[in-house]
Amino acid sequence: MSLLRIDNMTHYFGGLRAVHDYSLRIGPGQIRGLIGPNGAGKTTIFNLITGIYRPTSGTIVFDGQNIVGLQPHQVAAMGIGRTFQNMRLWRHMTVLDHVKLARYARLTYGLMGAFFGTPRRQREEAETEELAYRLLELVGVARFAGQVVTGLPYGAQRRVELARALAMEPKVLLLDEPTAGMNPEEMLQMVQIIRRVHKDLGMAIFLIEHRMRVVMDLCQVIQTLVFGQVIAEGTPDEIRNNPQVIDAYLGKEVVT
Amino acid sequence: MTFFLQQVVNALQWGSFYALIALGYSMVYSVLMLFNFAHGDIFMVGAYMGFFVATGLVTLGAAGVLALPSWLILALTILMAMFLTSLVGMLVERVGYRPLRGAPRASAALTGLMIGIILQTGNLALLGARRQTFPGLIDVTSYKVAGVIVSNKALIIITLSILLTLALHQFVRRTKWGMAMRAMAYDFAVVPLMGVSINTIALLTFGLGSALAAVAGIFFGMAYPVLEPYMGLLVGWKAFVAAILGGRGSVLGAGLAGFLLGFIEIFVAAVFPSTLRDVIAYSIILVILTFRPYGFFGEPYSAQLRL
Repeated sequence: MSLLRIDNMTHYFGGLRAVHDYSLRIGPGQIRGLIGPNGAGKTTIFNLITGIYRPTSGTIVFDGQNIVGLQPHQVAAMGIGRTFQNMRLWRHMTVLDHVKLARYARLTYGLMGAFFGTPRRQREEAETEELAYRLLELVGVARFAGQVVTGLPYGAQRRVELARALAMEPKVLLLDEPTAGMNPEEMLQMVQIIRRVHKDLGMAIFLIEHRMRVVMDLCQVIQTLVFGQVIAEGTPDEIRNNPQVIDAYLGKEVVT
Repeated sequence: MTFFLQQVVNALQWGSFYALIALGYSMVYSVLMLFNFAHGDIFMVGAYMGFFVATGLVTLGAAGVLALPSWLILALTILMAMFLTSLVGMLVERVGYRPLRGAPRASAALTGLMIGIILQTGNLALLGARRQTFPGLIDVTSYKVAGVIVSNKALIIITLSILLTLALHQFVRRTKWGMAMRAMAYDFAVVPLMGVSINTIALLTFGLGSALAAVAGIFFGMAYPVLEPYMGLLVGWKAFVAAILGGRGSVLGAGLAGFLLGFIEIFVAAVFPSTLRDVIAYSIILVILTFRPYGFFGEPYSAQLRL
C-alpha cells in the first residue's frame, strides 16, 4: 500500500510539455530520489504534488485520497511537507516564528487568548515551543531560536527551512535540493541531518538532488528524469551503471 | 503656547481619519502587495453605513419604539457599521482581487480604481446627488483646559483611533492570523504550504481594514456632518500617502504617519494661507520620502515572486 501514488501524470505549460506520463510509488518511511539535468521538470513535479499546479492529466493519491485539485494549504494540511531549492524563508521573522507558523492549523486559541492570555493559549504556546525546540535541536539550530533568519549563516538557514517543514508533522517530506549552494562540509552535515530526521521521525522522504553522492547515499530507489520523462528507475547501483543515465545526465564528470 | 496646543488637538483629530484609513491601506499593501485604490471609497461606504445605522436608531428613538441612550447609539453605530463595511470590503476582495491573483500588478491596481468608481457612482445612482447629513449622535460638551478647547467628541475620536491602532498592532503581533499576515508580507508563496489558506487571510485583511475605515467614516461624519459620494477621494489618497510613509509591513508606522500628516496639514494651515495648505504639506512629504524611500519603519525589500 503506497502512501503517495502518482499514475500517468502529464503537465503542460501552454504548448510545452513539462512532465510526461510520470508515475511514482512511495511507501511509508521510504526514501526516494529524483535526479535529472536542469530544466528536466523535477521542481514542477513537486509543484504538482503540493497543489501549486494542477496536472493536465493523471492522478495523485495520497493516504488513500485523490489530491488532484486540492488547494496547496489543503495538501499541506493532509501531511505533505516541503522545502525549496532556493530557500523561501520569511526575512525579519525569528527562527521560532517560522516553526510556529507551521503549527498554524493546530493553534486553536482565538482573539481572547491572544490578547488576554487564556490558559488554553498558555498551554498551546508551551506545547508549540517545546516541539519547536525539539525540532530545532534535531536539525542543530536551537541556539538561533530567537534570532531573525536573515542574520543566520546559509547552512543554518537551510536547516531552519527543514525544521519548519518538519513542524507540519508531514507523512511525506519533499526536499528540493537540500544541499544546493553548500560547501562539501555543510553538505555532509546535511546528509547526516536528513538521515537523523528520518530515523527519529520516520516519515517518507522524496528528494530532488543534483549531487549524486547525496542521493546515492540516502535513497533506496532513484528515478532519473530527462525532459519531463523518467528514463530510468532503480537502486543507486543500477542508476549509476545505467548507460542511458550516464549518457543523458551524468556525462563525464560523474560523481561529485 | 495656547495656540500651539490648540493646533495639536486639532491635528490629532484630523490625523485620526488618516491614521484609521492608512491602516487598511497599509495592511493590504503589506500582506498582498496590492494598492487597493478603492479603500478611500470604502471609507465613504463606512460613513454611509454609519449614517444609515445612526439615522435608523435615532428615528426609532424619536418614534418612541426603542429609546436608547446616546452613548449606546454611538457604540451600536460603530459596531454595526464596522461589520457591514467589512462585508463590503471582503466582497471587493472576493469579486475584484481574488480572480486576479497572479495577474500583472497593473491589472490589480486598475481593479481598485474601477471598484472605486463603481462605489462612488453606485452610491450616486442609489441615493441621488443629495448630500446626507450625519445625525449628531452625542451632545457636544467642550472642556477648557489651560485655555485649550477640547470637545468630548474630539476626545472620543482621538482616543478610539489610537486604541484601534494599538489593537491592530497587537493583533498582527500576537494572533496566528497576524503571524500568517506577517509571513505573507515577506514571502507569499510559501504560506499555504504551512496549511494556511491565503484566501482566508486575504479576506481577513480586507475585512479588518474596511472595518477601521468605517470607524474613520463615522468619526468624519461626526466632525464634518456632510456626506457625499466622492468624500473618500482626496482623503483616501492622502491616507495612501500615510500608508507608504509609514513603511511597508508596519501597522504602527501607518498609524503614526497618519497622525503626522494631520500635524503637517494643520500646522501648515496655521501659518500659511489655507489655499496653500496641501501644496506645502505634500511638498514636505515628498522631501521626506526622498530621504526615506522605504518609509519610516519599512525594511528594504524586493518584490517576491508570487503565485
